[in-house]
Amino acid sequence: MSVQLSRDDVAKVALLSRLKLDDGELDRMTEQLGAILGYVERLSEVDTEGIEPMAHAVERTNVFRADVETPMLPREAALSNAPKTDGQYFLVPQIFDAG
Amino acid sequence: MKYTTIIGLEVHVQLLTRTKLFSGCVNRFNPDAPNSQTDPVTLGLPGSLPVMNAEAFRLAVKVGMALNCEIARFTKWDRKQYYYPDLPKAYQISQYDLPLCSDGFLDITNAEGETRRIGIIRAHLEEDAGKNLHEGGSDSKVDLNRAGTPLVEIVSQPDLRSAAEAKQYLEELKLLLTYLAVSDCNMQEGSLRCDVNINLHVHTDDGHNIPTPIVEVKNLNSFRGVEMACEYETKRQIEDFQKTGQRLGDVPKQTRGWDLARGVSYPLRSKEEASDYRYFPDPDLAPVTVTGEWLDEVRETLGELPAARRDRLGDAWQLSQYDASVIITQGQDVADYYETVAQTCGDGKQAANWVTQDVLRELNERKLSIAQFPIPATVLGNLLNRVVAGEMTVKGAREVFTTLLELPADQVTDATVEQIITDKGLLLVTDTGEVDKAIDLVLADPKHEKAIADVRGGKQQAVGPLIGNVMKHLKGADPKAVRTRLLERIGGA
Amino acid sequence: MTIAGATTADLMAAVASGETTAVEVAQAFLDRIEAHDGSIDAFLHVSKENALAQAAEVDTKRRSGQPLGKLAGLPIAIKDNLCTKGEPTTCSSRMLEKFVSPYDATVIERLRAADAVLIGRTNLDEFAMGSSTENSAFKTTRNPWNVAHAPGGSSGGSAAAVAAGMAPLALGSDTGGSIRQPAGFCGVVGLKPTYGRVSRYGLVAFASSLDQIGPMANDVHGAALLLEAIAGGDPLDSTCLPEAVPSYTSTLEEPIAGLRIGVVRSHYGEGLDAEVNAALQRAIEQYEDMGATIVDVEMPHQQYSVATYYVIAPCEASSNLARYDGIHYGYRAPQFDDMIDLYARSRGEAFGAEVKRRIMLGTFALSAGYADQYYNKALKVRRLIRRDFDKAFEQCDVILTPIAPTPAFKIGEMADDPLAMYLSDIFTIGANLAGVPGISLPAGFSSSGLPIGMQLLAPALQEERLLRVARMFERATDWHTRRPQLST
Ligand SMILES: [Mg+2]
Ligand SMILES: [Zn+2]
Repeated sequence: MSVQLSRDDVAKVALLSRLKLDDGELDRMTEQLGAILGYVERLSEVDTEGIEPMAHAVERTNVFRADVETPMLPREAALSNAPKTDGQYFLVPQIFDAG
Repeated sequence: MKYTTIIGLEVHVQLLTRTKLFSGCVNRFNPDAPNSQTDPVTLGLPGSLPVMNAEAFRLAVKVGMALNCEIARFTKWDRKQYYYPDLPKAYQISQYDLPLCSDGFLDITNAEGETRRIGIIRAHLEEDAGKNLHEGGSDSKVDLNRAGTPLVEIVSQPDLRSAAEAKQYLEELKLLLTYLAVSDCNMQEGSLRCDVNINLHVHTDDGHNIPTPIVEVKNLNSFRGVEMACEYETKRQIEDFQKTGQRLGDVPKQTRGWDLARGVSYPLRSKEEASDYRYFPDPDLAPVTVTGEWLDEVRETLGELPAARRDRLGDAWQLSQYDASVIITQGQDVADYYETVAQTCGDGKQAANWVTQDVLRELNERKLSIAQFPIPATVLGNLLNRVVAGEMTVKGAREVFTTLLELPADQVTDATVEQIITDKGLLLVTDTGEVDKAIDLVLADPKHEKAIADVRGGKQQAVGPLIGNVMKHLKGADPKAVRTRLLERIGGA
Repeated sequence: MTIAGATTADLMAAVASGETTAVEVAQAFLDRIEAHDGSIDAFLHVSKENALAQAAEVDTKRRSGQPLGKLAGLPIAIKDNLCTKGEPTTCSSRMLEKFVSPYDATVIERLRAADAVLIGRTNLDEFAMGSSTENSAFKTTRNPWNVAHAPGGSSGGSAAAVAAGMAPLALGSDTGGSIRQPAGFCGVVGLKPTYGRVSRYGLVAFASSLDQIGPMANDVHGAALLLEAIAGGDPLDSTCLPEAVPSYTSTLEEPIAGLRIGVVRSHYGEGLDAEVNAALQRAIEQYEDMGATIVDVEMPHQQYSVATYYVIAPCEASSNLARYDGIHYGYRAPQFDDMIDLYARSRGEAFGAEVKRRIMLGTFALSAGYADQYYNKALKVRRLIRRDFDKAFEQCDVILTPIAPTPAFKIGEMADDPLAMYLSDIFTIGANLAGVPGISLPAGFSSSGLPIGMQLLAPALQEERLLRVARMFERATDWHTRRPQLST
């Protein structure tokens, strides 16, 4: 069984994922995602009525730390891997909106 | 056209913790040294992991309790995913379906003096983003000092009905948060930021209500801005409705920005895709369960909240709602000062007059906080006690007050007050012999014959100039007492 | 004693007796890497000078009688997804090709505190996504037993380094079998601890609720020793368990009396390579000979584990890998139109096919309208899989399973069929979903000379039991003593 994902659906997911895919990639991705999702469909066979979702492998609660300062990174280290910086800030192309 | 304005507010409040929400990185406003307050967690470096700040959680619970919310016994953290340069992980750790606080309210008093109960849908704990700076030039700058600051997001019901009410709600909320000492609420520094959701219910002649599309105005960082934005949007939406007739649901929710300089809202460039935050529980953080016992402990630390204190002051000192509000709105320290003055002088009304007028005026003019005010509350209280006891006039007390303000702080004592009263002869003459002697002199003066006759003839207002003349012969006297005695004497002549 | 290829116990004894020094040990392994890694390609980066300096420091400490750490002078290879201060941490991705970590992972700090010698950084499938180490942006690691075959993955570099005698110890990470499967393919010991037993702080996240760091070694003792050094609570990882760490090495030689070994009969049917099946049957008999009872256990939801995993892991990965956006670190495309284009090109250019596939899959499965059908459904099935383990462990002490349906496949053999590759994870994935520990150890060889591994699984926090049961087998067999013939 294979899930019917259109090329457009996949393109939308690519935008949401912020992945620029070329035409070949988009085609392959459409086919492969369809196959994988088709396989995953078998989960629908499982009766999960009343079963709590399990988001963590070990279900701990109440893990806190005290409000105490720990060492910070010097600015130089913070910016050391930045693709573009002026030595003070991370630089990105001009953005206007506040979204 | 008849309409009602419908407003709901989303307020983001930065919590006053020493460190950030998920790491021991310092939490301090510091725009002058960008990117100097980070660590691997703040930067969202590969491999870094969040650990919840216990104090941030506790403060958020306090906020929820003060807003009369249900506090969730089980709560968890979710990732809200979107790309923006100030969001280093490309997701914000927030709360989605199980917020820490829900279903509360905040009472406000509107301009008509009515109490309005504004519903709180939810209040949850989340992390702040960094800051993008646009200073022109080809690049925008990103400072991550703010990233990871603990925030409580407080979402109100759309219960507000005017720009003025929106402002009142924010003022009351700020006051509450200040009393709780959970935030410094410094709006210039962005500690309290507000998004407005606003639309209109247009009332048609045949009795129908038409809701117009909801608009969100984002990132308002002053109360005035919120008020202006609400007023502006109301007008804009009326015009828009008249032009287009668009109703709620006809168009997607619009997001607008606010141009403070021009006093107009403007559409924010719509995103290339509808937002899909893909919330899911953060696998790096453990959920939290709280016990009733622990909640009781936190509740005990709330202290007296502004609304309760306002009521109590009103009852205890027979203050008007207005006076009580003025005092409470000044914050806890002013209210404490007021209460000490009132207790010391024994007259709440007298104390309120002085604190709300003389003291606040001086604070404003001198740009002082009450902690820096040179006259201690007990000194002012003792001084006013003389007025209350009839030993001094308000005018005399004011003269002492003014003199005290000129003195170095360490000299502002009860003893100094005594000295000033003596030096200036401000104590009222209470010896009726002295008063009678002065009245004798005035009554014997022929130039007062006409006035005396007028008073005798029933023209009571003619007594005024006579009182003044008697007072001239006395170093200090209570004009009311002089008046009474003078009338007795004239009447009995 | 030949240093390169020796066990950790032998190395420790030789250094302690003065027969050799930490510097000589480090040099011997560096020479071995120099001689053979050209054909194996296990390492992305060899830290020659640092390693020798660390070793010299250990020798100085020893000479001056200062206390020494548990791993004093032992060279260790580090999977290149563990942040190490001042060193490249690339995750075998173009995205992080130039990334130099400004901080140490907790496990790295613990290795330093234990006086280990960090010898180099090993290759992996990009961001640990894969089962063959072919998804590395930089090189393809080869199986030391036969260089035409894959070493498995994603910790293929670490497994190959240990198998080839280029390091006695290595760290790997395991999200769906990424320690155990390459250990099995390369004939070494690999242990995935209980989720939370080892701090993940500084492990570049793939799927946070499944990832776990673990030891790889050429014998069970080495794995026990390394686990002892890295396990234990960490205030920097909310999911890390504070429970005390037993001294695994001190109880290792105690066999378990009355051992009950669980076997899932359906594992040994169709789809399992005949030689693998035969080796596993011999292993089961071996345990019976040692007095163990074999118990049939049912794992009715295991057939859904691959589907469950390939929803949950990509969902978490799509979120964890969103941070690679070309803004704060990592690759930024040289040309772009606007912000969205900057993100999309940087990520599109720097991520490999498998990483993109999983990001796409996860984004889709979490997106509006699909989250219930995929993500939430998978979380529920995950709980059922966990319950299968709980029930099985009521009847047995450990479960014995194959690691993979076949011995190491050929390089390139599975490259074009991602789903087939995913399906080969069937035996290992359950432990990650349930959070229980699993160990992989050598259990034989195929007729073509490729190692066959077996897997033992135990309840949460029962690493001590797991290691002792593994050691029982190891003591009775000699598979672990075999070393591949390397060409020079
Ligand atoms: Mg908001
Ligand atoms: Zn928010």
